[in-house]
Order: sequence, then structure tokens, then C-alpha cells
Amino acid sequence: MKGQKYMNPYLAGFLLGLVLLGTIYVTGRGLGASGAVKSVVLSTVVKVAPRHVANTPFIKSYSEEHPDGPLKDWLVFEVIGVIIGAFFSGVISNRVGIKLERGPNITNRTRIIAAIIGGAFFGFGSQLGRGCTSGAALSGMAVMSFGGLITMVAIFGSGYAFAWFFRKLWLK
Amino acid sequence: MGPLVPFMISNEFNLIIALIAGIGFGFVLEQAGFSSTKKLVGLFYGYDFTVLKVFFTAGVTAMIGVLWLAHWGLLDLSLIYINPTFLWSALLGGAIMGIGFIIGGFCPGTSICAASIGKLDGLAFVFGGGLGVIFFAEGYPLVKNIYLSEAWGGVLMNEMLGMSKIMFAVLLTVVAFIAFYLTGLLENRVNRVPTAVNKRKRAIYASAIGFALLLLAVIAFFPDSKNRMEARINKTVIQKDFTSASVPADQLASDIVNNYYRINIIDVRDTAAFRAYHLPFAINIPYEIMADRRWGKILDQKHKVNYFYADDKQIAAKAYLLAGYLGNAENYILNGSAVNFHKLFSNLTPPGVEANKSEIDTYNFRQKSATEMKILVDALKNSSEPVIAKTTKIKGGC
Repeated sequence: MKGQKYMNPYLAGFLLGLVLLGTIYVTGRGLGASGAVKSVVLSTVVKVAPRHVANTPFIKSYSEEHPDGPLKDWLVFEVIGVIIGAFFSGVISNRVGIKLERGPNITNRTRIIAAIIGGAFFGFGSQLGRGCTSGAALSGMAVMSFGGLITMVAIFGSGYAFAWFFRKLWLK
Repeated sequence: MGPLVPFMISNEFNLIIALIAGIGFGFVLEQAGFSSTKKLVGLFYGYDFTVLKVFFTAGVTAMIGVLWLAHWGLLDLSLIYINPTFLWSALLGGAIMGIGFIIGGFCPGTSICAASIGKLDGLAFVFGGGLGVIFFAEGYPLVKNIYLSEAWGGVLMNEMLGMSKIMFAVLLTVVAFIAFYLTGLLENRVNRVPTAVNKRKRAIYASAIGFALLLLAVIAFFPDSKNRMEARINKTVIQKDFTSASVPADQLASDIVNNYYRINIIDVRDTAAFRAYHLPFAINIPYEIMADRRWGKILDQKHKVNYFYADDKQIAAKAYLLAGYLGNAENYILNGSAVNFHKLFSNLTPPGVEANKSEIDTYNFRQKSATEMKILVDALKNSSEPVIAKTTKIKGGC
């Protein structure tokens, strides 16, 4: 069983732009992703280790600003939607299944470790940069935010700058 | 007028909107192929520029859409969330994210998509993302200075480049189209396939580019809704047959005394003039900001009658016209200025001995009204203080 072809990128981009535009029109804000991870993770830390939180200023101020927790967080709901939408898309295009994608010269184990490390970098960077590719770069472009656009340039610039060093992960 | 939250859609229902927006977001990302890590990193090795194409098309589409809606008065840009700029943290954070991208092969949104359709590497990336957030929270004191330095607020790209919004939009759109063309050539060279776009596709692409530029041209050269309204009002006001419903000062005074709870008295002068003197129970809505939707509750209702006044007759007339366009309330203009009203109802001098009956009646009426207005204002001091409407700022971001 082979999955179906992907959508034309320009058509997909146009549709994504309309989703973003609709979101901005209705809610006055753009899309995001890393904020949801942040909400779930930090709220868990607050629940699991309340004493520790008292000594960690960043989590403390976050939980004071978001007293309702992840169940009333806009981005958490949005990401639940992303999971549903992506799964639905995978089902209709026949792409659902337990799989692991990796470069041709590395083992599955290396791929998983690299994904975790990469995720950690991205998680850290998204907090420092106040948003990820969707929240800062994409939504920032729609509203012409200077901060969003320089974050975007930094993400892709650094990706290109380091691509050579990690080519063994991806290329033959 | 957008954004609909929180004016028309409550913050609770907004969570349902989030779910719907997310479904659209996730669906399109997955359809575009963003659940495949090889497709994503192709951007950095030149064999697949899908990310750039999708990303730029989406950004340009949404940007033109935002400008378009704002141009026709459908979207209030002053309420839209603009990511604040913190120069160093944006650059350094972005650079760290870029390293994460090339090592992990995803970004947060795409990793969630990948995990949703069963990709284990996507799931691992999400897990790593959680760890990264914890590292940041724990190490926050170390990066706090970078995190908070160079806070520029919500500055816009066009402001930084010293150009108009529309100019920047045209620039970004053109850059995007050039980038699409060049990366298309590059991608084909890396993959060793001949560059050939069939006729039908070429026609579609050309019309899409034309359509985008047409929208931008309309925004650039056609006056926006605010200017058109202003032009319409200015034209009507100077017309000879322009008539407005107006009331003399005495009638308004009597209405204030007897029906103060059924009328709005609206002072359309600036705040300084309002502070210096205003009519009893008057609300200050300067003409320049009358179209702000926070005044909708006053200008668009059917329970109270609105009386407009200013010192300049023309401004009062303009406000009257604008109110007619903005809402369906019953509107009147006060004959004469605020100064005139003030003169009529304070420091009254009793008429002389030779005054006729009507003069004495007028004096008695004004004297009585002045006293009663004063009593009413004193009695209702707390309830008649104008409520300062708060502008709701929308929170957003990642």
C-alpha cells in the first residue's frame, strides 16, 4: 500500500494561508504550535513538583499568568485540532501507520536520538525566540511583524549554515 | 468587523474556534507533505523546496488577505496580535531552532502532524520539544538577560524599512514569486530532471500571480473605506439642500431635565475642550475616533435618542452624518455651540423692568432648567460619569 501523492505545494500554501487568514479574522491572532507543548509541559511540572516550581521563576510566572492550565489554553485546543486534522488527512491519503523515516546511512536508533535532540533544541529555541515556525515566522509574516520575520530568517539561515555538518544524517 | 473575538464570539467559544482552526492547519500541513521529515529537510539540501513554496504562499496569501480585509473596514488592525520584537532573543532563538530543524528534521507543528499519522520520529521530536521547554524554564536565569534585552515592542517590517504597508506587501510578494521560480530551477537541477512546465500549469500560475498583484493594486490605488466615508460626508455637508434634524438649546435642556435617562448627549469635540466645559451628562466621543467600534453601543441602538454637539457647526453636522452611517439610532444636532449652551444656562441676568412676558417666561424657564440640571447632575454624579471603554488587546503567539 503506497500513500497517495502530496498536494501541489502552492495550492497547499494557498489553503494554509486561508486557514491562517480566517483564524486572524475570527480571533485576532495567528496559529502556533510550540506554545501548546509549553502549556502542557509546564502545567505538568506545576502539578508534579509544586515545591520545585516555587524556586523556578520562569515556570512560576507562567503558571501565575495561566491559572486555568492547558484545558483552557487556545493553543492546546488548536494542537488537538492539528492532531485530528493531520490524522484525517493521513487516512484519506492512505498514509497512516507506524513508521520511522530516516536518512539512508543511519540506524533507527540514531534517528530517534537525533529527533529527540533536535526537538530539544527546537523546544529551547522556541521559548527563547517567543514562538516557532508557525507562531513566530508564519503568523508573523501575515501581520508583517518584524520580530516574526527576523526569527524566520534566523531559523532558515541557521538551518542552511549547519546543514553541511549534519549531512550524514540525511544524505547518501 | 473583525476580529470577532471577544466582541461577537466569547472567549469560551474561542476554544472551539481553536479546534476548528487546528483541524484546518493540521489537514493542510499533512496534505502538503509536512509530515515527512525527508521532504522538510530537502529544503536545506536543495532537493525539495516544498517547505519554502508552501510557507511563502501561505504567508503571502494571509498577508494580502489581512490588508484586503483591513482596507474595506472588515478587520481592525489595531486589535490584531503582533509578535513583539526582542532583537537578540529572536535571532539567537531562531538560530537554535535552525539547528534543531536540521538535526531533528521537524519543527514543532510538523512533528505533531507526523506523530498524528504514526511516525515514531515525529513523536520523538515532540518528546524532545517538551524537554527543551523544561531546559529553558530551568535555565531561564542564565538567559534572562538575552531574553529580555532590546525589547522593541510590536514593530512592523514596513516601519523598520521606512515604507508603507502596501509597498512592503508588494515587495514580499514579488520576492516570493522570484524565489519560487529560482528554487524550481535549482530543485530540478539537483534532482536531474528537465525543467518543463506544461501549458495548463503555466496558465494557472500566471493567473495566480496576476490575481495577487491585482488585489495589491486595488489596495494601493483605491481609497479605503475610511477615506471613502470621509469623502462622502464632506460632500454631503457642503450641499445646499443638506438638512439635519436639530433641536434648539431650550428643548434640549428640557429633555435633559425630564428625560435624561432616555437620551445620550454626545460631545464630538476633542478631550481638552470637553474637560474645560461640557453639557450635563455629555459623553465625549471625539469626531476623529467616532468610527471606533467601542462606540457601537451608543451609536447603534434604538433605546436612546442621540444629541450631537460641537463648537463648530460643520463638525457637529459631520458627526450627525457619520452616526447615520454607523448605526440606526435616532440622531439630532444641537442648534448652536457648546459655548452658546453654557451662556444660556449659567450666570443668568434677570430681565429688566420693561421686559415683556415672553422674555420673563424664557428667563424663568432657563433659570429653572439650570437649577434642575445642576441638581440632577449632582444626584447622579456616580452613574453619569462616562465609562471609559477599555480596548481589548488580543493575546497570541507561541
